[in-house]
Amino acid sequence: MNGLHHLIVLPILLPLVTAAVLIPVDERNRTTKGVIGFVSTILVFLAGVVLMRAAATSQDGASVYLLGNWPAPFGIVLVLDRLSALMLVLTSVLALATQAFSMSKWHRMGHHFHSLFQLMLAGLNGAFLTGDLFNLFVFFEMMLAASYGLLLHGSGPLRVKAGLHYIAVNLAASSLFLIGVSMIYGATGTLNMADLAMRIGTIGPESRMLMEAGAALLGIAFLVKAGMWPLGFWLPAAYSAATPPVAAIFAILTKVGVYILLRLSLLLFGSDAGNSAGFGQPVLLYGGLLTIGFGAIGVLASQAMGRLAGYCVLVSSGTLMAAIGLGNGAVIGGALFYLVSSTLTICAFFLLIELVERARDAGADVLAVTMEAYGDIDENEEEKEEGVAVPGTMAVLGLSFSACAILLSGLPPLSGFIAKFAMLHGLFNPGSFGGDAPVSGAEWTYTALLILSGLAAMIAMNRVGIRTFWTSIEGTIPRVFLIEIAPVLMLLAVCAFMSLQAGSAMRYMDATAKALSEPQNYIGRVMSAPRAGPTGGQ
Amino acid sequence: MELVLSAAIGVLSASGVWLLFRPRTYQVIIGLSLLSYAVNLFIFGMGRLRVNAPPLLEPGGAGGLLTHTDPIPQALVLTAIVIGFAMTALFLVVLLASRGFTGTDHVDGRE
Repeated sequence: MNGLHHLIVLPILLPLVTAAVLIPVDERNRTTKGVIGFVSTILVFLAGVVLMRAAATSQDGASVYLLGNWPAPFGIVLVLDRLSALMLVLTSVLALATQAFSMSKWHRMGHHFHSLFQLMLAGLNGAFLTGDLFNLFVFFEMMLAASYGLLLHGSGPLRVKAGLHYIAVNLAASSLFLIGVSMIYGATGTLNMADLAMRIGTIGPESRMLMEAGAALLGIAFLVKAGMWPLGFWLPAAYSAATPPVAAIFAILTKVGVYILLRLSLLLFGSDAGNSAGFGQPVLLYGGLLTIGFGAIGVLASQAMGRLAGYCVLVSSGTLMAAIGLGNGAVIGGALFYLVSSTLTICAFFLLIELVERARDAGADVLAVTMEAYGDIDENEEEKEEGVAVPGTMAVLGLSFSACAILLSGLPPLSGFIAKFAMLHGLFNPGSFGGDAPVSGAEWTYTALLILSGLAAMIAMNRVGIRTFWTSIEGTIPRVFLIEIAPVLMLLAVCAFMSLQAGSAMRYMDATAKALSEPQNYIGRVMSAPRAGPTGGQ
Repeated sequence: MELVLSAAIGVLSASGVWLLFRPRTYQVIIGLSLLSYAVNLFIFGMGRLRVNAPPLLEPGGAGGLLTHTDPIPQALVLTAIVIGFAMTALFLVVLLASRGFTGTDHVDGRE
């Protein structure tokens, strides 16, 4: 028990407190609110980096934080291992970029942008850290409630319509989540993930059926969130209707679904699960493959860039779901690299779209309409844009766009290529994770779809890029400010850095995958977590 | 008692799902409410049905599932009720905003 140990709870508490502090601050001091929120996110980012270093260097993997000092299966635990530390850092990087972007003008389009943003961060970080199924539901709802508010930020008929569908779908999914959790509790008598993983191998056949039904319902709730093919039709519409910084941070929301699927399927349904081992893997595999196919067709069919990015989100989560479904630990390492790389890319792309589309008149019209819709807020406020305009705007935008295209389609030299290469390498060389089983038909299909979806992204991005940058003769050069382009460049630079440091990044990812496929360590750490002394001190 | 409870859950969730697929926003919100009632009852039922068994221990007394009812599902239901209630209220606001923007209560904003 030292200071570092208490740092685990900081990524949840700090955004929560910041959100509460920001609510009573007057809306006219938006810049102050933005700066307070930004500072809080920087602190969470630093905490995340420290935690990630601690997780990477510790031998036993997971460190456990007992909330309320109750011993493990009875109280709620927060568990920090390599995977959750990675997700924490990824979330705060995205949050820093989108928050900086929103401060140019988007946070002025409605009330309480920064409070909602911080609440969503608290929910996200909580979902990544918790080791308890029902607590996961609570953090999930917290994240979703804030995301409803953020999606509606800026208002307007289009956003309200998309928001209505988004909320209805997610409320129905939350009901399934609750049914699933309570069925699992009814069958096994525990909600602690580690305790559950221990009990799953030993429960009787009549309870096993109930438990598997519960797990299936739970899985559907996460698959809705991750956007698997028949469940993901709401996603492109919602993401393209949201304001750009909101759409950009939503890139991580689908990954929450993927994260939990990865966590639970490897923890609960690993080799120790007896008759339930490998439960749900075929659904993830074939559902993921269908999602890649659907997403790739959608990418090719989209005319607007917002929808294109929405379908890229589907391709990305389809790729990850199928990678989990393959049940091959060597692929998981590459898939984690892909998760980080594709989330950063999609976030940068959502931010970039708005900057690029400013040059087009249609985009300007939509903007004008939405500005009118919220009208009354800005009446006594000058339209003052902060910061300095960027010189050589079109060159910077064009280069960023090409970098996004290369990353999305997985071409060398950037990290998108390394991610796909690592996944395929793991697929054909399982190494220590599996024997020399021949490559199955599903695995060939996965390989083909992975490459074809990259081709589809390349074609679509080329088409959009040519139309935007080369053939727009009368297009006006958009006014872009440093605070708007800097986040995009920062995200792309992180991707470039990941490509340069691919060796050490892949070592981290492979160690994560190895820890995930051997959950005994995680279970042992959670169940034997020591309580703090009676005075609550050291 | 088991029969009454399961019939109630079944009827509530069936009507909830049916209403959820209707095209009017008001029907959708009633459907979601009915569904959440069904879910709450279901969570409660997962603690096994017992009559005249308290969920809390007396001071100094021993306890077990033979003499006491399982308190966890009751705590879960409480949380689920609060969250579900808040979400319904939020959905109601969005529903009214949509009605204000489009002038219709169709879920797609047009007939």
